[in-house]
Amino acid sequence: MADKGMAQGYLVTEHLVKRFDGALAVDDVSLSIAKGEIFALLGSSGCGKSTLLRMLAGFEQPGAGRILLGGQDMAGIAPYERPINMMFQSYALFPHLDVWENIAFGLKREGLPRADIQRRVGEMLDLVQLGEFAKRKPHQLSGGQQQRVALARSLAKRPKLLLLDEPLGALDKKLREKTQFELVNIIEQVGVTCVMVTHDQEEAMTMASRIAVMSRGRVLQVGTPQEVYEHPANRFVADFIGNVNLFEGRLSVDEADHCAVHTGIGEIQVGHGVSGTLNMPVALAVRPEKLEISRERPVVVKNVFSGQVREIAYFGSYSTYIVVASDGTRVRITESNTSRDGRSPITWDDAVFFWWDDAAGIVLRD
Amino acid sequence: MRGTFKHFGKFWLALVFAFLYAPLLFMVVFSFNSTRQDAVFTGFSWRWYAALTTDTRIIDGFWLSLKVATITGVLSAVLATFAAFVLVRYRRFGGRTAFSGMVNAPLVMPEVVIGLSLLLLMVGVQNLFGWPQRGMLTIILGHTLLGMSYGMVVIQSRLQEMDRSIEEAAMDLGARPHQVFLLVTLPNIFQAILAAFLLAFTLSFDDVVIAEFLSGPGVNTLPQVIFGYARRGINPTIYAAATLLIVTVTLAVVAYSLWVARQTRQRARETAVV
Amino acid sequence: MAARSTFSLGKRFVIGVPFAWLLVFFFLPFLILLYISFVDMGNDISPFKPLWNAETGVLSLKYDNYGSIFQSPDGGGLFQTLYVEAYLRSIGYALCTAVLCLVLGYPFAYFIARSKPGVRPALLMMVMLPFWTSFLLRVYAWKGILADQGVLNRLLMLVGLTDEPILMLYTNVSMLLGMTYVYLPFMVLPLYANLVKMDVRLLEAAYDLGASPVKAFWLVTVPLSRAGILAGFMLVFIPCVGEFVIPSLLGGPQTLMIGRVVWDEMFTSNNWPRATALAVVMIVLIVAPLAFYYHHTGKAADART
Repeated sequence: MADKGMAQGYLVTEHLVKRFDGALAVDDVSLSIAKGEIFALLGSSGCGKSTLLRMLAGFEQPGAGRILLGGQDMAGIAPYERPINMMFQSYALFPHLDVWENIAFGLKREGLPRADIQRRVGEMLDLVQLGEFAKRKPHQLSGGQQQRVALARSLAKRPKLLLLDEPLGALDKKLREKTQFELVNIIEQVGVTCVMVTHDQEEAMTMASRIAVMSRGRVLQVGTPQEVYEHPANRFVADFIGNVNLFEGRLSVDEADHCAVHTGIGEIQVGHGVSGTLNMPVALAVRPEKLEISRERPVVVKNVFSGQVREIAYFGSYSTYIVVASDGTRVRITESNTSRDGRSPITWDDAVFFWWDDAAGIVLRD
Repeated sequence: MRGTFKHFGKFWLALVFAFLYAPLLFMVVFSFNSTRQDAVFTGFSWRWYAALTTDTRIIDGFWLSLKVATITGVLSAVLATFAAFVLVRYRRFGGRTAFSGMVNAPLVMPEVVIGLSLLLLMVGVQNLFGWPQRGMLTIILGHTLLGMSYGMVVIQSRLQEMDRSIEEAAMDLGARPHQVFLLVTLPNIFQAILAAFLLAFTLSFDDVVIAEFLSGPGVNTLPQVIFGYARRGINPTIYAAATLLIVTVTLAVVAYSLWVARQTRQRARETAVV
Repeated sequence: MAARSTFSLGKRFVIGVPFAWLLVFFFLPFLILLYISFVDMGNDISPFKPLWNAETGVLSLKYDNYGSIFQSPDGGGLFQTLYVEAYLRSIGYALCTAVLCLVLGYPFAYFIARSKPGVRPALLMMVMLPFWTSFLLRVYAWKGILADQGVLNRLLMLVGLTDEPILMLYTNVSMLLGMTYVYLPFMVLPLYANLVKMDVRLLEAAYDLGASPVKAFWLVTVPLSRAGILAGFMLVFIPCVGEFVIPSLLGGPQTLMIGRVVWDEMFTSNNWPRATALAVVMIVLIVAPLAFYYHHTGKAADART
């Protein structure tokens, strides 16, 4: 799947392919990433995102295709010659060197004069706020501190491209949320182009300006978090990002500005047109928070269906209902718990109605 | 039932430890014996230690063994590092199975066979080039063959468990392959290399068979001297030498254990600071 | 492409150095060994005649070097030479030693593995300490202990178990004792490594299901430690077959082992070809159980995956 605006990209991959023992790990990936962007490769394990990242770093050679950074072809350029630096998932801090030496490592390899190194390391330590830990060894630091050292080390050489491999994977949940914003702030402050790899969609959605959803070596969709969430290109992406209800059916009405899908629960009205043929198999995707639920029949007429409440999960600020529809489909509905406004509280085994605005659903063909 | 099991366990441990240490204890005690007797302790005396200082054969043998063992240790550690690196990092190259076979074979070959084949090699080379004469150099070469194989086992295991991502990180930061090895890999496998050195040193210092095959006239390592004495009968001077060795090794082991204990405590304190 | 070529240049150097060393000091000697095993015994000047006669261009392989190992040229049945006896004896004693080490060492390793975690490193250190002192000296000590006028005999006479000193030295008993003594750590360490990793909960499950401690030991612990037993067995058996020092110091005329035979053939009889032939046969004898061992462990590893 080609990316929009490919020619102007700062980091461009062209039809990258990588095989391991005959199996395709990266299958014809073409991306265009703008300068200063934070770009996420999102997918579950085995989808090829890590392989792609390693090809960018230079640790794997592409079987076919090109990588261009700032117009320069990276083919044949070893990792130690690329203006690219990586922050490893395990941080990979040098255990026998202290924090200062870890950060200075790359600068020393460049042969910078001592004064410059001193200054740059100082800058980095200030950036990640670890100045007083300069003399400590990695094993004397907490996980979060180690991560900051790893980040400082990878930024010290002012690379043209920063690669992050599962940056928040090793942190616990509380720390993760805090670190997400800190990381983004630092990266934006430095202004470096960044490609990150993650399996955590929350991480991708929070940190990245654009996301590429990958599966089995292929890029399924590229877009901003909002685009990917509200306008998924296919079933996989719709299901992978957040929660979604998928109603399988056939296209029953096909007009320029609206259509309808005939499904097991009934006829679903859709507020946008779709280019296709009548009767073709499609799925209707609608996010749980776009659905409304009530014991009384609503005033609206379109897209109202009935079912029985099977499960309720109360999360304080919102509740999730699993409703079994007339054809047995389990429908997921999320409602924020606003103050009671006259609607009777819903409980298990209740017969309910659920509906949604015809603009809230999206037709998926793949 | 469980109690008797435990008691049996303690008994068995004591029994085997007694078995293991009996000869050591015997030598320490009888090194102070005033006569040559092996069964009766006739009185306390330093005479055998005095005899040790004048026994030129033992003293010369000791210094020779020390030199040979040190050089063997260094050479073995270097070669073992190379070999371990090759086997762990280079998965596929022409002759890998042959290489692996050759480097592991000395571990299982009888020393007699190794000594014999090396002797034939030395003789052949000497006939062709007039050099080397059998002596210290040939012994070192023979010992290094063994030391390399044993040392490689130690270094190989450490290399395998080392986190490879720090090497990639070094490369990513601009270090060329040889710099990666010198600045990152080596410091992190250093303890294993040291262990390999010590292993090769001990093996060399203790070896009789290969030395007997490969030494020349007038060149005798300490084990060769002791072997010669041993075949002629009992000589308590040897017990004195043994006692000195036992004391040295025990002190070294105790010192090492204390140092390790202190390191672990220090590490625990450091990580707790966080 | 410059990066690629330096990569492989460095790689070639790293592989080349140890490879060259091994080729020169391991492979070449082995070839020479093999070569000499096929030549004829020489005269006073050279210990052997060349394989290939430069004048006549005739290749004369003397298979007889091997043949005389298995059948005496003076008559007598097949496999009734002193060489075959020495091989069999060596294998026999090596087996005995391995079994003794197992009997002594298994409970020992077991109880160390079962002891408190804090005590274990100290116990292991105590096992290794004698190993770090010269093995030659320790064998030498046994000479003193087992001698007719030695400590053990004196002790036995003092206690009244015997009136006259028992002949213990230079017998097969003393040799087995010495070999078991020296090789015990080689059995204990792999056993310990195996036993210490065993999941205690399996034993508890066995007890839970009604097994007595003895039964649990035979049905659970022993089978699980099979790999350790095999490893320890190999580490003891294989070197013991070729042992030279211990039989020389502690053994007697009836414990002539193959290591000694090779030495005598080489330095006493000056029969280089036969000495090398004996060495080659010894190698084959050792490779066979090794091949079995690797095959077995390879199979087990495959089965696990």
